[in-house]
Amino acid sequence: MAAPVAPAVKARRHPPTKPPGTSKLRRSQRRAATLLITPFFVLFAAVMAAPIGYAVWMSLFQEHSSGLGFGGTERVFSGFGNYTKALSDTGFRDSFVHIALYCALYIPVMIGGSLLLALLVDSAMARAKRFFQLALFLPHAIPGLIASVIWIYLYTPGLSPVLDWIGALGGSWNFYSNDHVLSSMVNLCAWQWIGYNMVIFYAALQAVPREMIEAAVVDGAGAIRTALQIKVPLIASAVVMTVLFTCVGAIQIFTEPKLLNQRGAPSIDTEWSPTLFIWKAGFVQHDYGLAAAASLLLALLGVLLSYIVTRLGNRWKAAS
Amino acid sequence: MSSLTHTTTPANTPVERKATRSAGRRTSPNALLSKGVVNALLIVAAFYTLMPVSWLLFAATKSDRDLFSTSGFALGDFNLFANLHHVFTFNDGIYLRWFGNSILYSVVGSAASTFLCIATGYAFDTYDFKGKEKLFAAVLGGVLVPTTVIQLPMYLLATKVGIVNTYWALLLPALVNPFGVYLARVFSEGYVPNEVLEAARVDGAGELRIFAGISLPMLAPGFMTIFLFSFTASWNNFFGALVMLNDEKLYPVNLGLFMWNSVTQQQPEYYSLVITGSLVAVVPLIVAFVCLQRFWRSGLTAGAVK
Repeated sequence: MAAPVAPAVKARRHPPTKPPGTSKLRRSQRRAATLLITPFFVLFAAVMAAPIGYAVWMSLFQEHSSGLGFGGTERVFSGFGNYTKALSDTGFRDSFVHIALYCALYIPVMIGGSLLLALLVDSAMARAKRFFQLALFLPHAIPGLIASVIWIYLYTPGLSPVLDWIGALGGSWNFYSNDHVLSSMVNLCAWQWIGYNMVIFYAALQAVPREMIEAAVVDGAGAIRTALQIKVPLIASAVVMTVLFTCVGAIQIFTEPKLLNQRGAPSIDTEWSPTLFIWKAGFVQHDYGLAAAASLLLALLGVLLSYIVTRLGNRWKAAS
Repeated sequence: MSSLTHTTTPANTPVERKATRSAGRRTSPNALLSKGVVNALLIVAAFYTLMPVSWLLFAATKSDRDLFSTSGFALGDFNLFANLHHVFTFNDGIYLRWFGNSILYSVVGSAASTFLCIATGYAFDTYDFKGKEKLFAAVLGGVLVPTTVIQLPMYLLATKVGIVNTYWALLLPALVNPFGVYLARVFSEGYVPNEVLEAARVDGAGELRIFAGISLPMLAPGFMTIFLFSFTASWNNFFGALVMLNDEKLYPVNLGLFMWNSVTQQQPEYYSLVITGSLVAVVPLIVAFVCLQRFWRSGLTAGAVK
């Protein structure tokens, strides 16, 4: 054992002769690296690490009014008290059911839709590719709040041309009714992101070596089979990454349900989504401990989802 | 991949390939049909994405009365200029102030943030230092942290520091863009050849001079891409503004429009304010986005095809 180690140690003690100035260069490089990364990491610590740490700290305390309610409140260490309080709150639990239902509808629509559009634009038969890319990506240039407001107006009887068209066809539709409000919300978000994801998939498709696809075509695979069995597996990493970001974004949904709630959609209450619940707990009820615990539970779900999506994605990539 | 190997038969000589391909080029009725289907689907999709924005354009030209009495894509009296005048003068021209605030938050904030990203990403690519990969993992972790999770503790910390309800409350968080650091490292790997750095060192240039004088100009296209990403993120940042600000004078456009929108059901005359205000906010973004589209695309590509 000792024999092979000794030379190594020796070598480390007596480094091979270096050209003069190398260690000086090393040092100046290290200094430059420190100088270049420090500002970012100071700010990173201040606006990301510190808030997370503070959230953890806050989640461990509860406010109790002292005595008979005179003399204000005091903060008392409560361990996991806020977590059990959040988890036993039906409003909070329901909010996870809501986003689960929402995701069940939204993720397939979004990923399927943007993948389909990317394959269509990528197909040899598509005309005016640049125009379609631009047109489909355009909604992403519109801020989420404004996009939501526009669609809310397009859902509003009297203002909406869409409802006029439906009426002209002899149908009727209520975008806010309990049966339809979820699809109204999915539509709102899909409109904003479908082109963005389409461009990601399209860019990935463009990077696929053309020979691979041509070979499949030559071998008699039809356009649809080529698309599904050759092209999609080849851009698996882009698909997995997009699913990941879509999930992480979807569980945080806030603006859309907030506006729908404001419009009086009956089934969208003020704590419909976890983020709305956190907002209400923190800024309306001023129960910071509960809000912090709830937001950490949401973050935990995000981590869990990322892990699951990555694992499933890797398995799929290995299989294809 | 497996299907590819299955269908490949040894009989496929290059000559045959050529023959099959040219046969495929000939337009059979079947090919014509599928070409029609593909393009029809794309037209439907483009209609879906363009319709709401076009409606906004129509709606902004109408008077309050026509907004409800005429059909969405029909023309009423042409009232666009009156509406614009109304938006810009309403409440002592508060809209212009919001617009200016948005530009401050987005342009100034993103320029500074992008510079930080480039410096950091470049350092990660170029230098070796202790704990480098651990720090980078922390940055990547930052990409996945839900923003809504840190918003409340950030608000409370900002209250303690006394910057709540000031410009800093939105500017400071906007400076940190972990995804930008990731992109900057990728760009630096692609755009800045090591030989150039070595040559500059041999010439005796200091590391910071090399960064400012040689690497930074090489990273200019990447700068633009990252800038656009953080620009849209801060222009879109509604939740942060809602949490941090309650002085109307500090609002960005989207929070201002949200406030106007929240009274439309009681006071329908606010509809035309929201509609015209939205149009004014959206047009510069659309123009910028059409002009700068190649930068978007390179960013998306770098992010996706890792």
